[in-house]
Amino acid sequence: MLINYWPIAILIAVSTFLAVAVVVFGHLIGPRRPSERKAAPYESGMEPIGPGTRRMPVRFYLVAVLFILFDIEVIFLFPWAVNFRNLGVFGLIEMFVFIVILLVGYVYAWKKGALEWE
Amino acid sequence: MTPDVILFLILAVVAIASALGMLLSKNAVYSALYLILNLATIAVFYLLLGAPFIAMVQVTVYAGAIMVLFLFVIMLLGAEQLRRARTLGWQQPVAVVLAVVLVAEATYIIFTKTSSLPDIEAAEAGFGSPQAIGELLFNQYLLPFEITSVLLLVAMIGAIVMTRDGKKKE
Amino acid sequence: MDENIALIIEWVLKAVILAFGLITGFAYTTYYERKLLARIQIRIGPNRAGPFGLLQPAADGIKLFFKEELIPAQAYKFIFVIAPILTMVPALVILAVIPWGESFELFGRQIALSMADINVGVLYILSVASISVYGIVLAGWSSNNKYAMMGGLRSTAQMISYELALGLSFVGPLMLAGSMSMLDIVRAQQETAWYIFYQPLGALIFYIAMLAEVNRAPFDMPEAEQELAAGFHTEYSGMKFALFTMGEYVKMIAVSVIFSTLFLGGFDGPAIDRFVLLGPLYLVLKVAACLFVMIWVRATLPRLRYDRLMAFGWKLLLPAALFNIFITAVLILLFDLG
Repeated sequence: MLINYWPIAILIAVSTFLAVAVVVFGHLIGPRRPSERKAAPYESGMEPIGPGTRRMPVRFYLVAVLFILFDIEVIFLFPWAVNFRNLGVFGLIEMFVFIVILLVGYVYAWKKGALEWE
Repeated sequence: MTPDVILFLILAVVAIASALGMLLSKNAVYSALYLILNLATIAVFYLLLGAPFIAMVQVTVYAGAIMVLFLFVIMLLGAEQLRRARTLGWQQPVAVVLAVVLVAEATYIIFTKTSSLPDIEAAEAGFGSPQAIGELLFNQYLLPFEITSVLLLVAMIGAIVMTRDGKKKE
Repeated sequence: MDENIALIIEWVLKAVILAFGLITGFAYTTYYERKLLARIQIRIGPNRAGPFGLLQPAADGIKLFFKEELIPAQAYKFIFVIAPILTMVPALVILAVIPWGESFELFGRQIALSMADINVGVLYILSVASISVYGIVLAGWSSNNKYAMMGGLRSTAQMISYELALGLSFVGPLMLAGSMSMLDIVRAQQETAWYIFYQPLGALIFYIAMLAEVNRAPFDMPEAEQELAAGFHTEYSGMKFALFTMGEYVKMIAVSVIFSTLFLGGFDGPAIDRFVLLGPLYLVLKVAACLFVMIWVRATLPRLRYDRLMAFGWKLLLPAALFNIFITAVLILLFDLG
């Protein structure tokens, strides 16, 4: 059972090694002539104004919440899809009810303008 | 020790260390990163238990979706730059007492009750596969499954109501 | 014990071949793209380095190695350095579950032409995809730069929005094949027909969503230089910048491979049952065709405005993908498809 996952672990190790090696090589080979100007944040050549990270619009939060909820729906759809032939019409009705309930929320989000990006 | 046990011990150390890292980091973004590591480690625990489906869902939903939300919220508030809140006052001693009670409880159970646990049978073939989970979920546990959608609906509406901008209505 | 050692050697070899194959693929995808874009725009494209400019990717790589790497003074240095690594690694590991052919015999051992055939293959792809957003959001945040921060958040929001449509368009092939193992999905297509014929709408949605998922034109927000400079990698230079580009191109290849496996029959092709080793070749050809369309789209379509892009994902692709699942379910029940 677990044996199927060892190659994945090895692949993750190999890829991490490669990516780290690239960063380390670039660090070792590249020249380094730092100056204050170079280390300043890029702001199209202007003097940087204020801190780099600041408060972000709440809209990103809403997108992330909606994403989680629909992601869970997607995850539920997977075992359903795999078993669909056994479940038959009954399965279709089950999933239809599930999705329709979620679609109520989707329509609400649409009506309230939560899907708009101004 | 079998390889499984060694792997379990290593993962246990990583899981505890990352949980501590999460609690002790001063920067909220670092805390979130430790939590991602912690959740990913737990996914590997599920794999060890022969539940690949749950393991992948753990990564997708917790380490993926929910932690993106956490990061967004931290960045939204600029919380990583906030000064640490002042001491928690009366909550701190209460927390210590509760922690001691929890540890005592766990120790008591580990040393007195583990011998009375039944032996666990080896999982049958196909256990934890998507087919098996689908079979259970869409027959035996149909009602909880449908109720989940109501739960998701409530969460969705709650998020929309909370983020709605009052001024926009004009 | 001998058997175990042989197995570990096999795994390590496969991992190294896959990783280096993808990196070589990345190098020549940049060449392919530049040549093709040039042709579309009636230019010649790179032709100086080596015959037909074939050494151009190597020249680019070597140049980047000798570039100075800047780390902004106000950056969160540790995260700033690991963010490109976090982008690159998921791109390389996502293809672990893809079959490149049936197994064949070598030195008296059965060698499977895949890294890992697991029964939750599709979910593995989705989970790696959901992890791959961290490199971008962290790169944006750790740069401590307004453009980078905004670009990182926008790219992340875009990726998670289109991940839904992507996940939903996996469902059609799953219903037809009745399995989440990628090998089973390919075998089911060999028995019936490539799923692009059963799932034309699903394939279209998948293709559009995968363009957005890898930030390709017309959804290439990070490259919207008029508004965001270079987005999340504004502050990156040298090899760290190269890693982001590498990640982007490897992801392009990866989603093309996944698309080919789900909808174009994977390693399936003429005479595949007699010559197993043709499998990887067929898959590479299909990937080249997918990449061709991607580059063609880039040369043709203008970039979407960000609000349009989000509206397109949420208001059109998501309901369309759900509709596709419903139609597929009804058709399977009526005609016993697949």
